[in-house]
Amino acid sequence: MSIQRLFIANRGEIAVRIVRAAQSLGIHTIQAHSEADADMLAVRLADEAVCIGPPQAAKSYLDVDGVVQAAKESGADAVHPGYGFLAESPRFARAVTEAGMIFVGPSADTIQSMGDKVSARRAAHSAGVPVVPGSDGRVDDMDEAAEIAKRIGYPVMIKASAGGGGRGIRIAETPEELAKFAPQARQEAEAAFGDGGIYIEKVIIQPRHIEVQIMGDGTNAVHCFERECSLQRRRQKVWEEAPAFGLPEATRASMCNAAVDLAEAVEYRGAGTVEYLYDAKADAFYFIEMNTRIQVEHPVTEMITGLDLVALMLRVAGGEALPVTQDQITLTGHAIEVRLNAEDPLKKFMPFPGKVAALNLPESDGIRIDHFLYEGYQIPPFYDSLIGKLIVHADTREAAIDKMAGALDAIEIEGLKTTIPLHKALAQSADLRAGRIHTQWLEPWLDAGNLTEQTGGAS
Amino acid sequence: MADIQSPLPGTFYQKPSPEDAPFKSEGDAVAKGDTIGLVEVMKSFIDVEAEADGTFAGYVAENEAAVSAGDVLATLK
Repeated sequence: MSIQRLFIANRGEIAVRIVRAAQSLGIHTIQAHSEADADMLAVRLADEAVCIGPPQAAKSYLDVDGVVQAAKESGADAVHPGYGFLAESPRFARAVTEAGMIFVGPSADTIQSMGDKVSARRAAHSAGVPVVPGSDGRVDDMDEAAEIAKRIGYPVMIKASAGGGGRGIRIAETPEELAKFAPQARQEAEAAFGDGGIYIEKVIIQPRHIEVQIMGDGTNAVHCFERECSLQRRRQKVWEEAPAFGLPEATRASMCNAAVDLAEAVEYRGAGTVEYLYDAKADAFYFIEMNTRIQVEHPVTEMITGLDLVALMLRVAGGEALPVTQDQITLTGHAIEVRLNAEDPLKKFMPFPGKVAALNLPESDGIRIDHFLYEGYQIPPFYDSLIGKLIVHADTREAAIDKMAGALDAIEIEGLKTTIPLHKALAQSADLRAGRIHTQWLEPWLDAGNLTEQTGGAS
Repeated sequence: MADIQSPLPGTFYQKPSPEDAPFKSEGDAVAKGDTIGLVEVMKSFIDVEAEADGTFAGYVAENEAAVSAGDVLATLK
């Protein structure tokens, strides 16, 4: 039963991406939008549009009952959640299914079990995927927490079991700090997530963030190689690459195969990402979490494999078996994506929800721009600041960085402050070019004043 | 009477968090630079500060209202 009418429960650039993928498969598209998004690009491109509520996301894009009702009333037979908002809400996935529609993603049970850090870690461990040394599950007893920390060695990380996006994480350097921070973390987790469960993990010094893209049909799964996402600010990815650089071939194979094993163990359906910390010195990798949705940075994987991941998601959601086998998925060249945010990087990344003036977004062979902009568009202030993504592909990493620098010079988005100056400065960084980067590299680099009007190429 | 305007478009909050009381109540003394509310813009929270001393006369914008830059959020007397 293939999908005929797709309801898109998201906004921004990913909504545009989904509309286009669906239309390429001949699927009728119904775009949801809040009152603040009536004139967004995805609404203009979709076959139909439906208003789902006021500007505030809590009253529109995050309103499970409201979104499901709107989808049902529109006559949709499937719902694509995009990323963010309700994409990883088991309640939403369940409600969509119970209303008789297809949820484009894994089952609600899989989302639930992967969304809980402790059960995800357990699933990874039993599928043979290496995990960061730490507590076997949630820790409720503070003496036990101290014992575990002593065994794995300080510093240790205290994480909220129900947390996400870096929220609720504390690092204890000593037993005294653990005794102080662990109860705080419990309280905070209780207040923020209604679940005070915490767990403890070894801190990997200067880790890299490497993640494997997988795709499953509920029975079989394949990997589409890995991405390097080590450049992060406030735990948000800034610059992403595929493949990871300088990774021993045997390590790449182990990471990718472990991700497939985990996906098959949980009967995964749809696009997903298995995230690892990579300790380059020890050449060791550890499972962190699995994201049960399409990710912002999926285009770099598409550039090196030639696959259309969103179209694949829609096909397997419609009941098809995976149309590609592992040996048909090959890695060609190197791709880089930078996130274009409406923020002023020279003023502490202050949001800048302005009106788009002159726009020049030159795409060509090996340069792709995923965005939702048009001239005269007023960026609403109610949602996140991502306005687009610039993706380049070349034969080698060196050539891709050069191509990125050139593309950043060519692109023009007038009327807004954007993070383009940040990316221009990064493209000039010797550390980045030499691969001397890790997840704790970018913030000190910014603090040291490496981003200036000069380096960012601002006039 | 002095108006306190929103510095940016976004969602206005009268309280530091949903469980807390509003930043100010009618009759409170307000000093220049006091925070009277928050505007959430693109998932960042920006403090709204009083630009003059005075006595708080009340909120004009409702809690969690969508506001534009320049909208009056509260008044001083």
